Amino acid sequence: MEQLIQGNEACALGALRAGCSFFAGYPISPSSEIMEWMARLLPPRGGVFVQMEDELASLGAVIGASWTGAKAMTATSGPGFSLMQEHIGYAAMTETPCVIVDSQRVGPSTGMPTMPAQGDVMQARWGSHGDRPAIVLTASSVRDTYEMTVEAFNLSETYRLPVVLLLDATLSHMRENVTFREIDVITRARPASAEGFEPFGSPEFMPLGNGARFMVTGLAHDETGHQRASNGAADRLLRRAIDRLDAEAERIAHTRRYQLEDASLVFISYGITARAARAAVDELRAEGIRAGLLELLTLWPVPDPLVGSVARDADAIVVPELNLGQVALLVRARAGATPTFPLGRVNGTLLRPDEIASAGRAALHGDRNVR
Amino acid sequence: MRRGEDLRRYLRQEAMPNVWCPGCGHGNVMTALTKACDATQLDLDNTVVVGGIGCASRMPFFLNTNAMHTTHGRALTFATGIKLARPDLTVIAVMGDGDALAIGGNHLIHACRRNIDLTALILNNEIYGMTGGQLAPSTPQGMRSATSPFGSIEMPFDTVELALAAGATYVARTTTFDFDEMPRLIQAALAHPGFSLIEILTQCPTYFGRLNKLGAGRALLDYEKDMTEPLETLTREDLAGKLPTGVFRDEIRPEYTRRYAALCERARKGARD
Repeated sequence: MEQLIQGNEACALGALRAGCSFFAGYPISPSSEIMEWMARLLPPRGGVFVQMEDELASLGAVIGASWTGAKAMTATSGPGFSLMQEHIGYAAMTETPCVIVDSQRVGPSTGMPTMPAQGDVMQARWGSHGDRPAIVLTASSVRDTYEMTVEAFNLSETYRLPVVLLLDATLSHMRENVTFREIDVITRARPASAEGFEPFGSPEFMPLGNGARFMVTGLAHDETGHQRASNGAADRLLRRAIDRLDAEAERIAHTRRYQLEDASLVFISYGITARAARAAVDELRAEGIRAGLLELLTLWPVPDPLVGSVARDADAIVVPELNLGQVALLVRARAGATPTFPLGRVNGTLLRPDEIASAGRAALHGDRNVR
Repeated sequence: MRRGEDLRRYLRQEAMPNVWCPGCGHGNVMTALTKACDATQLDLDNTVVVGGIGCASRMPFFLNTNAMHTTHGRALTFATGIKLARPDLTVIAVMGDGDALAIGGNHLIHACRRNIDLTALILNNEIYGMTGGQLAPSTPQGMRSATSPFGSIEMPFDTVELALAAGATYVARTTTFDFDEMPRLIQAALAHPGFSLIEILTQCPTYFGRLNKLGAGRALLDYEKDMTEPLETLTREDLAGKLPTGVFRDEIRPEYTRRYAALCERARKGARD
C-alpha cells in the first residue's frame, strides 16, 4: 500500500519493523518527530518510550535497556549528537547493540537548527575518544530512511555495535509516497547456556538478569568482563572487532551505481545531495558528457575497493556534499591519480542539480575552482 | 544479620582485592550493603548494581550480582534504562558525591522527580578521591582540597534537601560511624517501592583527612560523629553546624514503571477503540 510519509515518521516505522522496543530521547530539531512518533507508537505495543533530561541520559538509558536484551534507539541532531559521543564510545567498548539516528543540521554549535547539512560524517566515525569499530549509514529518500533504519538495527544486532544513521533536516521533514517492502530482521544471538560463557568478544549476547552475573565496564577488560589494564586483552578485543568489520566491509557496504559503466566524470555523493547529483548526471548525459554517480548508503566502513576502482577508472571525480569536504577527503585518499574535486556547501541550502553539473564540467576541464 | 563469613557469597571473590585505600569507608558501606542484601534475601540473579566513575562507583566490581560500571555521573541514566526495560529487576546505583552531585546532578534530580524504583547510594566523602583529592560540591566551606588549597569558599549541596525538593520518596542520611544503622536503612530503601536515596558520609583518609589534617580512619569516624546528630534528638537550634541523620521522607507515591504500565494499558485500549 502506497502511503505519503515523512522521513522522520519512516524512521520510526522502520525502527518498529526492526523490533525496536525501547526509545529514549531528548527533543531537538530536526529530529523531534522521530521521538514524537515513538511516544505514540511504542506504548500500545508494550514498548518503552521515555523522554530523558538530556542526550547523555538518553543514550545511557538506551544502553541500559539494550543490556536487558531490548532493541533500543535514540534520535537526535548536531548538538545532541556531540553530547552523545561519550556514550557512543561506551557502547562500542561494551559491545552494546543500539541505534543512534542523527538528523544533521548546520553546525558548528547551534548553527542553523532547521537547515540541512551533512557535516557529521567524521564525527559519526571519530567523535568519541580512542579507536573503535564503527558503522555509519545514511539515506537519500523516505523509503531509504525506513530501510536503512531496519538495516541499522540488523547491523547493530549482528556486530554488537552502536550504529549511527545520518539523516538531514530536509530528508527528515520531506514527504514522499512510499510502498514499504518486507525486510528480513536480525536479532542478536543468545548463548545456549550461561555456563562458561564469556560475555565479550563474542557475537552472542547474554542480557543482564539471566543467570550469568558478570561485569559490564567501560574500563579496558578481557573476554570475561574483568578489568584488565595491561595484559593485552583490551588490545586483542578491539583489534578483533575492527578486523571483523574490515573483513565484512563489502557485505556492510550499501551503494547505488548510476550510469557508471562508461563514465569519465564520476560524482560520488550520498544522502539528500545524491538526489541532486543523479539529476546532474541526467543533465550532463543530455549534453553528451559521460557522467555517472556512485551513491554511498554506507559511509563507514568505507567501501574501499569499490570507491577505489570507480575512482581510478574516471578522468575526474566530484564529491558534492553539504560540508567542506569530509567524504571528499576519503575519496581523495582512494582515488589514486584521478583528480578529485570537493563541492561543499554549509549555508543551509541544498546543492542544486545545475550547480553540481557545472562543477562537473569545470572538473573535466581541470578547473580546480569547482566551488 | 549473619556473620561476615556468610556474607562472602555476595562478593565477587575473583575481583578482590578491592581498590580502596586502607582506612577508606567505602568497604564499610559495601559490608552494610551485603548485610542488607542478606536480610532481604535478595535474588542476586535479578539484581543489577550500577556504578558511575570514581572510588565509590567501583563497588559493582566487587559484588556478586549483575554489574555495570558506566560513565562519570551517568549511572542513574543506565539504571533508568535497565529498570524501564526490566521492571522486575532490583536496580541499585552506587555513586560518589562528585559523581552524583556535580557531573551527575541533573540525572539525580530527574531520577528523584520520576520516582522510579531505584535505590541510590551516594557515598559522600566530601572530596574527589580517585582523581587525587579535588574540591567536590559537597566539600564543606573552609575545607582544603587539591583545588581549594586556601580553603573552599563554595556553598556545598545538602544532598538530602536536594533529593527532598526534587521529589524522592525515600530519603535518608547516615554515616560509616553508624555501622549498625547503615544496613537497616539500606534494607528499608531496597524495600521501598519508588526512588530511594541514602546519603552515606564516609571517610577519605588519603585526601580529605590528610589535606585537612584530620588524621586517618578512626579520627575521621569521630569527625563524622561530631558533625552529625540523629534527626529525632535535634531541635532547630541544635541544627546549627550539624548535619541531621536518619530518615527524612518515607512515603508511597505512584511509582514510574507502574504508571508506565498503566499508560501502556490505556494506550492499548485507546488504540483498539
